[in-house]
Amino acid sequence: MLTLSNLSFQADQQEILSDITTSFPDGSFTVITGPNGGGKSTLAKLIMGIEQPTGGSVYWNDIDITNLSIAQRAKHKIGYAFQQPPRFKGMSVKKLLTLAHGKVLKHEQCCEYLSAVGLCANDYLNRDVDQSLSGGEVKRIEIATLLARDLDLAIFDEPEAGIDLWSFAKLVETFQQLHQNKKMSILLISHQERIMRMADEIVVIENGRIARRGDRDQILPSLIQDFNSCEYKK
Amino acid sequence: MHETDQELLAQIAGIRGFQPGTAFNLRQNGEGVERHSTPNIQITPKSDQPGINIHISAQTSEEEVHIPVILTKSGITDVVANDFYIEAGAKVKIIAGCGIHNDGCDTSEHNGIHTFHIGKNAKVTYIEKHYGEGNGDGKRILNPSTVVYMDEGAYMEMDSAQIKGVDSTKRNMQCHLKADAKLMISERLMTHGKQNAVSDVSVFLDGENSSVRIVSRSVGKDESVQVFHPIAVGNARCKAHIQCDSILMDQAKISSIPEITANHVDAQIVHEAAIGKINSEQLIKLETFGLAEEEAEAVIVEGFLK
Ligand SMILES: Nc1ncnc2c1ncn2[C@@H]1O[C@H](COP(=O)(O)OP(=O)(O)OP(=O)(O)O)[C@@H](O)[C@H]1O
Ligand SMILES: [Mg+2]
Repeated sequence: MLTLSNLSFQADQQEILSDITTSFPDGSFTVITGPNGGGKSTLAKLIMGIEQPTGGSVYWNDIDITNLSIAQRAKHKIGYAFQQPPRFKGMSVKKLLTLAHGKVLKHEQCCEYLSAVGLCANDYLNRDVDQSLSGGEVKRIEIATLLARDLDLAIFDEPEAGIDLWSFAKLVETFQQLHQNKKMSILLISHQERIMRMADEIVVIENGRIARRGDRDQILPSLIQDFNSCEYKK
Repeated sequence: MHETDQELLAQIAGIRGFQPGTAFNLRQNGEGVERHSTPNIQITPKSDQPGINIHISAQTSEEEVHIPVILTKSGITDVVANDFYIEAGAKVKIIAGCGIHNDGCDTSEHNGIHTFHIGKNAKVTYIEKHYGEGNGDGKRILNPSTVVYMDEGAYMEMDSAQIKGVDSTKRNMQCHLKADAKLMISERLMTHGKQNAVSDVSVFLDGENSSVRIVSRSVGKDESVQVFHPIAVGNARCKAHIQCDSILMDQAKISSIPEITANHVDAQIVHEAAIGKINSEQLIKLETFGLAEEEAEAVIVEGFLK
């Protein structure tokens, strides 16, 4: 179980996240949504250890991981797929997946991870994850790196952004399967209704605070209503 | 051959000795020690100065020539001039390189001057690796000079790498391109400790539709210093693209001083240079896989110099 206790983050004297207290049970699928700049990615980075909170704590399976490094959290089987993944000169897709996996990857496994995000291994394994890949390709490879890991908590930051409709359908299927296996908890940051429909719970973050949280069937209709009345964009 | 000699050869040329069926010239501690020609590739020693002439006939197709140099004695200064005559239409791969093993306290130095005369439409791949090792205090110095004359339609791919163990290096390259000649230079360099590396590359695009592409990747560690000075001169309708990318670590210093000149209205010359720390997003990404910071750095540097 992931527990956030009075978690706050300030930067440039601005309060970006304030007093976030909540928890996510094992095997749960939670979609985090809310307006741009609300603090969703910042929250994900605090959980992964990429940013350090200015207040509060992060607990993972009752262990206080607030002061652990990124790599230590990775060893606790926490993973994060970036909203804007970096590109690497001279790093092949295969090498990146192997590093994510932590040991030698068989060709069939590479195929499995890449096809789960709608990519054909034969076309991509030997390509470099550099400027020559399109934005959508880099995004999908980023998701594949999380599939290649053995995780208990996977955080995906807008995995659907920049992805075409065909691949999107494939992704939805992949997330559904991940959820059905119940092996890991999933936090998925998204603005997509289709993805919210898969969630057990939806958390809305606005202005650095949890504005609403509840079961999908309770939150989603109100979100759609807000959206139609432009409340969401406020 | 000794074990250390074979190791050095493996480092610079990927072979441990003569490969039957290929042309081969091994120079060790200032002397030619083993030489083999083939019907198409004739290697002959120069009569007036140290060095060899390498004649590559027009019939040559996909053949390899290995011309490694190794220095295993401390305190040797070796100066050698090798001339390559590549006939029109030949296709050849030349694997050069110099390895220094210095266990002594005196300087070991190799200054090689390679001159290429590349005939019409000939295709040359040239690979050159520099490497130093040894436990002595003696310096390991390599100063390669390369002069290239490319005839019409000639093509050359030049791949040079110096990743480890050379204390001081001054590279000088001069290339002259006639019409439709195409030159691709890829340079990889890593310096550490108190090493010093200077690279002067001048390319003169004299013929119509000649083109050059230089891709230079370097990593500077510790207190090492690197200076790049690429020069491209366009004297006709031509294309030149120079790209220098460097990663700076520790207290290292890197300078890139491009000089581009267009003497013709249709000369297109582009220079891009970027020097900076390792991208922090890349480091973070690899750390999220469980790699420690130093491991992540090593992976990024290795890929960058691949
Ligand atoms: N290190 C930082 N320094 C200054 N401001 C920051 C920093 N990190 C985040 N912010 C600011 O905090 C706010 C929240 O950013 P965050 O990336 O978490 O938003 P988000 O909810 O993920 O938005 P989006 O939907 O656009 O991805 C933004 O206004 C951003 O500019
Ligand atoms: Mg975000």
